[in-house]
Amino acid sequence: MNKTLKNLFLGGAVALTWTACTPETVDPNADLKTNVVSNYCDIVLASYEDSYTTAVALQTAVNNLVSTPTQVTFDAAKAAWRAAREPYGQTEAYRFYDGPIDDADGPEGALNAWPLDENYIDYTLSATNTIDYTGIIHDATTYPTIDAATLAGLNEQGGEKNISIGYHAIEFLLWGQDYVNVNTNVGQGGSRTYTDYTNISQNYDRRGMYIKACADLIVQDLGALKAEWAASGAYRTYFKGLASDEALTKILTGIGILSKSELAGERMFTALEANAADNPQEDEHSCFADNTHRDIITNAQGIANVLNGTYVDVNNSTKGNAAYSINALVTAVNTGVASSLATAQATALTKVNAIPVPFDKTVTEENVADNGPVYQAVKALQEQGDKIAEAATALGLTISTDLPE
Amino acid sequence: MLYNNYWLVLCLFVTALSACDKERVLYPEDGEQYAGGETTFFNASRNAFGFSAPNLEGLQSLQFTTGNSFFNQAWVTAVASTAGRDGLGPLFNETACSGCHFKDGRGRTPRPGEVFGHGLLIRLSIPGTNTHGGPLGDPFYGGQLSTGAINGVNAEGDVDITYIEETGTYGDGTTYSLRKPTYTFKNLAYGAMSSNIMFSPRVANQMVGMGLLDAISTNDILMHADEADVDGDGISGKANYVYDVEKSTMVIGRFGWKAGEPTVRQQVAGAFVGDIGITSSIFPNENHTSQQTAAQAAPNGNNSNGYELDDQTLDRVELYSSALAVPGRRNWNDQDVLKGKALFFEAGCQKCHVQKYRTGTHPRFSALSNQTIYPYTDLLLHDMGEGLSDNRPEYLATGREWRTAPLWGIGLIEVVNDHTELLHDGRARNVAEAILWHGGEGEASKEIFRTMSSEEREQLIAFVKSL
Repeated sequence: MNKTLKNLFLGGAVALTWTACTPETVDPNADLKTNVVSNYCDIVLASYEDSYTTAVALQTAVNNLVSTPTQVTFDAAKAAWRAAREPYGQTEAYRFYDGPIDDADGPEGALNAWPLDENYIDYTLSATNTIDYTGIIHDATTYPTIDAATLAGLNEQGGEKNISIGYHAIEFLLWGQDYVNVNTNVGQGGSRTYTDYTNISQNYDRRGMYIKACADLIVQDLGALKAEWAASGAYRTYFKGLASDEALTKILTGIGILSKSELAGERMFTALEANAADNPQEDEHSCFADNTHRDIITNAQGIANVLNGTYVDVNNSTKGNAAYSINALVTAVNTGVASSLATAQATALTKVNAIPVPFDKTVTEENVADNGPVYQAVKALQEQGDKIAEAATALGLTISTDLPE
Repeated sequence: MLYNNYWLVLCLFVTALSACDKERVLYPEDGEQYAGGETTFFNASRNAFGFSAPNLEGLQSLQFTTGNSFFNQAWVTAVASTAGRDGLGPLFNETACSGCHFKDGRGRTPRPGEVFGHGLLIRLSIPGTNTHGGPLGDPFYGGQLSTGAINGVNAEGDVDITYIEETGTYGDGTTYSLRKPTYTFKNLAYGAMSSNIMFSPRVANQMVGMGLLDAISTNDILMHADEADVDGDGISGKANYVYDVEKSTMVIGRFGWKAGEPTVRQQVAGAFVGDIGITSSIFPNENHTSQQTAAQAAPNGNNSNGYELDDQTLDRVELYSSALAVPGRRNWNDQDVLKGKALFFEAGCQKCHVQKYRTGTHPRFSALSNQTIYPYTDLLLHDMGEGLSDNRPEYLATGREWRTAPLWGIGLIEVVNDHTELLHDGRARNVAEAILWHGGEGEASKEIFRTMSSEEREQLIAFVKSL
């Protein structure tokens, strides 16, 4: 062949060899990322398992109360409710990325929605201090049957209408409305008595059916969540099948949004700045039991669990592996960012635990401008949210810490 | 031989030149992808409408989360221990703002088998006006049909919608079909409607960029007004003048399908009382009429000032509604999108869908001041023809007149709200249908669209969807 053609072939061959030999960039942390994602699934499952078993214990205690209403069974039911909230609060770190808890069909609203439409459920105190026997419990005509299916159906009438089931419904049915002055009966919550489940109380039997139905629904929903995250569960399979970066984006989005916006903003700042003149003490999520301080602490702990890669279960046993944690991954990529995140995490936990109990008394007394313990905790959680976003950036990911609604 | 080669080369050269001319590259305007100026946030997921303006600072960004809380959480029946959140109804359409403005997005018509709702409500009035020249409510049903009520009170009624398809043809022979709705009231709980009742179906609008529209100066709006069509271009936009309660005077209207509300603040307060039954300092009277006795007797959630929405809470929801980020453009520098943009301007769409403004000083939220924004609206009323008329005046707006809808965010309704329905009653099933419904002042531009080639129509639609 002629000289030009020969040169052309030679040039082409060199070019081809060049592209074939250029190596793809290999991620030195690829294995660690896979392990972090897998470890996350393990601690998610462990915390949902605890949420499930404590919910079953709550269901048992509620059934006991209804069949044998005494001070003892009543107190046991309340204790079981508080115990059930401990692991559940930690699972809120798995929200905000359309996971099983809050995708289009997710049970988050059914489990934990707030505020509760008290009048829609049971008797309430009127503006003139009389008892109004309103609500499903006192309306046998419109609602002849009270069971899990009926209540679930009512709660789904187009969006978040008339919240009437979930943890806070059970809370309301155990404690009742909290109108007790924050200073006279500190942290005691509402003053329902066990006699509301005995035959001296109007429609006590329907109240019993209602609270049992709510407990049944919670157990059902948590059972479904547990199944999704089980070793061969549908969502875990999907989650582990994602590219590591996509899974990590979801993990960081959940804790970033919870820290920066949902917990710091909606749960704490909103309650803090609520207008004192109009009884703000109950703009707190666990307003009937005065348990909001635990909600805040368990939410913050849930974030820490994800960062640390571990979860301490209800039997004090540690699940997960810190070597396969977000913190370990961030350290491998950027020690400076990891260090800032660790500081922010420690400060957030300290500040949150320093909020005086009960929450409703504290927010009534503290003003935004005081830079008091609640405000400091808000700022610390926001800072933690920002550091989580920075960690994402260091990993080459982008997350938003805004509430997705 | 040489002569032939020379001629060949010349021919090739000329061909090449003319071929290059057809592949002229179009360029976007510098910065047009920042539809909301510094309030723009780039996200095209189903959360696209829910982000706060990134330039919100300090305490305001925390206060935004309070506004978010009151926008999203349900209101409950009075009297509840959550005293800041009770007072729902007694008559309502939804229990929370997010019920209609789901994910801060656009409402739609009900699908077969669904209950009426999903972000569509019906306004009511009888002939005449109230003391400020606005719509006069029905003596029993008031100014809006309440499809929900608290326990012990009857909801006002329900609505059925049926459609008639009207076919047409594009210039290139392709057929299209538009659906015209008919509404029938049913299960009316308070007797028959007045025989001369007027009604208007209204879909909930996406919430982005509202505060920016508040910050456009009145002069910049009036600059485009030409009620008498003095310039003879066929467009005769006119400002609506509506009553501002807090200022006790008539001011230019900006919000709502007929520009019936003057400010985001009053729009929010109006929606609270009309749609959820929550009274405020601006609207301290419940939405039911004196004829609805069970509603009259029901407990309210009034605070120590005598209304249900705390002043601070109104401020927070106003902030929230004003400062949602405008989503950044998608594909703004795509050649087909830019060709579509050129066609949009050639067809004269921008005469009403005015592209761009620089906002003035916002009285309350500095993040919204001095921003270059691209809302594609003149905020003025235009006669859109008989086909779209609701036959119900609203202040200076006649039945045929509608405010130019802002187009920002329109392309994201599909991913956020899982539908593509447009226009005041959601009758248009996509952008093409929405354009084809343009009559009256919009007829000429509609005709230009209708007679474009199929490729050009697709390009124009691609442009609109990039907004």
